[in-house]
Amino acid sequence: MDLIIEGIKKAFWLLVSFDPEVLGITFLSLKVSGTATLISLFIGISVGASVALTRFPGRRIVVSLINTGMALPPVVVGLFVTISLWRNGPLGFMGILYTPLAMIVAQAVIATPIVTGITLAAVQQLPAKLRLQILALGATRLQMLWILIKEAKLSLLAAVMAGFGGVISEVGASIMVGGNIKGYSRVLTTATVMETGRGNFDVAIALSIILLLLAYLINLVLTQVQQRERRR
Amino acid sequence: MNTSPSPVFEARDLQVVRGGSLILNVPSLVVSEGEILVLIGPNGAGKSTLLQTLSALAKPSRGEILFRGQKIGADIPVLQYRRRLAMVLQEPLLFDTTVYNNVASGLKIRGMKRDEIEPIVARALERFGIAHLRDRSARTLSGGEARRASIARAFATNPEVLLMDEPFSALDPIMRETLIEDLEHVLRETRTTTIFVTHDRMEALRLATRLGVMNTGEILQTGSSDEVMNRPVNEFVASLVGVETILQGKVIRKNSRTFFASVSGQEVQAIGAVGLGEQVSLCIRPENVTLSAIASGNLTSVTDTFPGTVEKITPVGHYRKVQLNCGFPLVAYVTNHSFSDLSLREGTEVLASFDEMAIHVIRKGPPVDP
Repeated sequence: MDLIIEGIKKAFWLLVSFDPEVLGITFLSLKVSGTATLISLFIGISVGASVALTRFPGRRIVVSLINTGMALPPVVVGLFVTISLWRNGPLGFMGILYTPLAMIVAQAVIATPIVTGITLAAVQQLPAKLRLQILALGATRLQMLWILIKEAKLSLLAAVMAGFGGVISEVGASIMVGGNIKGYSRVLTTATVMETGRGNFDVAIALSIILLLLAYLINLVLTQVQQRERRR
Repeated sequence: MNTSPSPVFEARDLQVVRGGSLILNVPSLVVSEGEILVLIGPNGAGKSTLLQTLSALAKPSRGEILFRGQKIGADIPVLQYRRRLAMVLQEPLLFDTTVYNNVASGLKIRGMKRDEIEPIVARALERFGIAHLRDRSARTLSGGEARRASIARAFATNPEVLLMDEPFSALDPIMRETLIEDLEHVLRETRTTTIFVTHDRMEALRLATRLGVMNTGEILQTGSSDEVMNRPVNEFVASLVGVETILQGKVIRKNSRTFFASVSGQEVQAIGAVGLGEQVSLCIRPENVTLSAIASGNLTSVTDTFPGTVEKITPVGHYRKVQLNCGFPLVAYVTNHSFSDLSLREGTEVLASFDEMAIHVIRKGPPVDP
């Protein structure tokens, strides 16, 4: 019991003293996961909406692949991104393995199918005749796509939450492609794993609290937006 | 000098095939400036397909459509063409934003500036009585309000042609009535060329300057409401425009103007150029059938008078629909007043009469040897 109480005390102190190392780790987590989420939104929304709106042979297979991708295990992604970025791997020439950039790539790979899948479902759920109505209003195909995405915006906020939530809490891929290098590629989850392994439960607890708070705050903001939109 | 304006629409040899079956087959359709063509027909008649094809939202499998003499997709680009039309579908399909933004959406799509849009939208909202809903979310509107917003959105772009696909079918009768009234007013004022699709006969008669009847992908008849109502080309059109009685008969005697047809052993006198022995359908509208008491004696000068028994009485608004057995089935509409005067009930014996002029004759084939 002492262990937990001591841990919480230490954690609290680390938080209120704005410990520079903890702050650095927190900012890097936000930067890596935020950037990865943005990339996944860009790709996921375009691909998801396009697949939702077009009919082509093998579409069902594509949809089921996307849905499978939503449950992609981060360690599997970590493995394949590591192999790709390995010195003599296909993308080895880029020399980005064990950098935050590699972590962004891996996290974007994890979040993109999540955003794609949710977008696909959201756009598909819109009334079929809505597309006719938009075209009849004189819209170009691009304008139609944009209006449909706006119509699905409530569900797309869910995609943002799910995508960001998925990558900020992910550890396997980050450790594999980032290497958990102190002051360089260490993020909240990888640091928590390491400190727990070392028996530094106080630091691990502090990092976990920050992780939870971050996840909560970001979802709180998005939920506010979502619910305000719904009430309007 | 030819001063007649070129038609707004001219469809030639239009065919749409879906899943191997022909769902639209319109050899020719011309829509003139300022007319309100109402297409009436049952579900699956091809009405919506025709509208979507005319608005270039669906590609015809064959044929071409000219808009003011220009071929769509060739002489005039599809997008440019669509921006000269407006379409209102059965569902209001409003966007998840304010009523104002909804009504402005067509103008925004056309790239108009905010300050240009404002007065146009204000006018459209005013016109359809929803100015007070301007800042409301479209999601919170009632069915009637949403319909109004959707029609205002269509009118805001000042379309040359308005295409409406059963816009009022999901509304309750009172709301429908006021909306039709407002739409009628705006259409008369703007003289917008309109094609209006419905399966409601009263709605059709109310709005149409020309009526078209569709079934199984074909336009069976077009003409003035009066023409289609009173001179339907076939039994399907007759039943759709409210002819309740269609009798099958065979011409047994004729003179210069009138003929007698044998219908279930009775002789019905009608007018028309038919051949002896020819099979004919006799269409009689229920409002043209008069009932009188047997006791009053056969004082009527009307040519066709038959005794009959009341079989069923159904109230229909201000009327009673009375189904009779005169040796053949006959339907009459009786005002509530004469209904109580005649003290009609099931089983009552009455005299049913209708004028030979009120019978519309459909010839059913070549005469058979007498």
